[in-house]
Amino acid sequence: MPASVEELPLAKALTAGLRAAMATDERVILMGEDIGTLGGVFRITEGLQAEFGKKRVLDTPLAESGIIGTAVGLAMRGYRPVCEIQFDGFIYPGFDQITSQLAKMTNRTSGTVPMPVVIRVPYGGHIGAVEHHQESPEAYFVHTAGLRVVSPSTPNDAYWMIQEAIASDDPVMFFEPKSRYWPKGPVDFSASAVPLHSTRVVRTGTDVTLIAHGAMVSTLLQAAQVAADEGVSVEVLDLRSLSPIDFGPIISSVEKTGRLIVCQEAPGFVSVGSEIAATVAERAFFSLQSPVLRVSGFDTPYPSSKIESFYLPDADRVLEAIDRSLAY
Amino acid sequence: MAENSPTVQFLSIDGEFAPSEAAEEYLPYLSDLSDDDHRQFYRDMAISRRFDEECTNLQRQGQMGLWPPSHGQEAAQVGSARASRPQDVLFPTYREHAVGLVRGIDILGIVKVMRGASLGGWDATDPKNGNFRNYTLVIGSQTLHATGYAMGVAFDGLVGTGDPEVDTAVMVYFGDGSTSQGDVSESFVFAASNQTPQVFFLQNNQWAISVPVSTQSRIPLYLRARGFGIPSVQIDGNDVLASYAATRKHLDEARAGQGPAMIEALTYRIGAHTTSDDPTRYQTAEQLAYWVARDPIKRFEAYLRTQGADEAFFAATIEEADDFAADLRHRTLALTAPPLSSMFENVYSEPHALVAEQHAWLDAYELSLREGA
Repeated sequence: MPASVEELPLAKALTAGLRAAMATDERVILMGEDIGTLGGVFRITEGLQAEFGKKRVLDTPLAESGIIGTAVGLAMRGYRPVCEIQFDGFIYPGFDQITSQLAKMTNRTSGTVPMPVVIRVPYGGHIGAVEHHQESPEAYFVHTAGLRVVSPSTPNDAYWMIQEAIASDDPVMFFEPKSRYWPKGPVDFSASAVPLHSTRVVRTGTDVTLIAHGAMVSTLLQAAQVAADEGVSVEVLDLRSLSPIDFGPIISSVEKTGRLIVCQEAPGFVSVGSEIAATVAERAFFSLQSPVLRVSGFDTPYPSSKIESFYLPDADRVLEAIDRSLAY
Repeated sequence: MAENSPTVQFLSIDGEFAPSEAAEEYLPYLSDLSDDDHRQFYRDMAISRRFDEECTNLQRQGQMGLWPPSHGQEAAQVGSARASRPQDVLFPTYREHAVGLVRGIDILGIVKVMRGASLGGWDATDPKNGNFRNYTLVIGSQTLHATGYAMGVAFDGLVGTGDPEVDTAVMVYFGDGSTSQGDVSESFVFAASNQTPQVFFLQNNQWAISVPVSTQSRIPLYLRARGFGIPSVQIDGNDVLASYAATRKHLDEARAGQGPAMIEALTYRIGAHTTSDDPTRYQTAEQLAYWVARDPIKRFEAYLRTQGADEAFFAATIEEADDFAADLRHRTLALTAPPLSSMFENVYSEPHALVAEQHAWLDAYELSLREGA
């Protein structure tokens, strides 16, 4: 039994969460490319095959559609597969199996065939990698009925959210902010802080609300600190669940601050941020003192890594948006 | 079939029992079939043919959105389905009407799907539906589901125990067009890698809508599987005995833990791809005549007559099929649209705020329209 609170990198918190889920339910199996002997290219499954055996941690052939499609079949048989997609940009060969099969199976079968499948996707930039290794494809899946989509930003959330995702009878797309794999943070092993599908206030403020998910949350906290030094009180929200979105805390925050900036690494056009902006405009129109602004990646292919810092929103771009919001 | 053909065939096109050389190793699998079994095969084929005709008619009369005919493929479907055991699990495409019939689903479920009254049609988890999974419309997707399911069967220890009530195999149906899909190749890879208890049953009906099989492959399709390390055989798919024997052998071997196998059943889609299709645009009259002459039901009828089946049997079968079709028509016309709530139910297994909100909105909106009227 680990100590109640321990400092862990997000990557190791995920490993601990997977281990706990596998120990709780023997129908939980892990499958993916290089996840067994190697422990995954990011070592998230390190040690688990040795601990649980080759029938619980499967080194699969190198085929994403095959991984997801066989996971669908295993779920039909009563298993709870947790699939690892090696990198964000490698998920598209599995797109049909995710969107037309996995996501729709429960509805197609009138609820008789639940699909308790988790698809783990290391996503996002900041790691200086080559093409297809730094993308943020979450909007494709948020748009698909039948999927749940979440993304932790802290080691504690990673530990608990992966277990909650595995316990869900619905398919869950689990986006892991790979640039946050290594920084340490406290993990409280005694209890989950909040439910899986909830937005959380991570810093309170009164002048403007910032919201993001995954790695961008830490960028918002940097920006909030700089803004505070300049006398601007910033509230920071961690979205955590991209589908469904827990709008309650977002609306409450906007009612307090009157200003909202939605931030993400992903391209802004028809994105999670767009949905939040539209919903806030519908539900909190009279609370807004300025238009909802978006700070996001550009609607371009993810660029060569030597110039990725100009693509990825940083604290300065967030601060620039705060200035624009406050100027109204 | 040509002389020295590698194709497993027991019945000539005239219904004469004349096993091909390739059929010899499959002969033992016919040995325990009784006259009653043979007649059951015939009844299955005749009823499914009549069912298929009735559904085509119902579509033409505006009672169904679409119908994918199975006419011509009855022997491949009935023989393979009759070779499976109750505990086996079968994954269809969307044309395995005769397989569904044999496995005991309420066949109205298929009509519901094509009429637009249901997405899935039947509850594949209900034991009375014979482990016949739901139709899959994206070509080839189900091959991976079958392989994953078969991996689970093996993990559950239901392979190679030697207990005929326990050992379980999975059979997946797919078509010649789907062999070009990546999912089919990936399922071969995963099946071979995991040595799944699985039979891949390909019905090569020569057409993927309008595209001939020669566009999909330069080699006979059964040879494809061998490149993946999966043993395979080609059979005369219009010979119900060949379909039965080959499937029986390979399902037995799969259950015993000998891994996957693939069967290519050469058959022909006498009807259209679906009722929206017009085969006269791509199929010659000569081609059609060639295959009509190889009709699986006529062939088996000729065989049964040599085995002593009399006119009364065939007359009774026609009557049984007509009654089946009349009952189906009656029940089809009684089908109603599903409730609007079904759109929102089971999108997720667990509560989902957005779907619940939209469901409530539609209910309130519909109510407001009625109140305003």
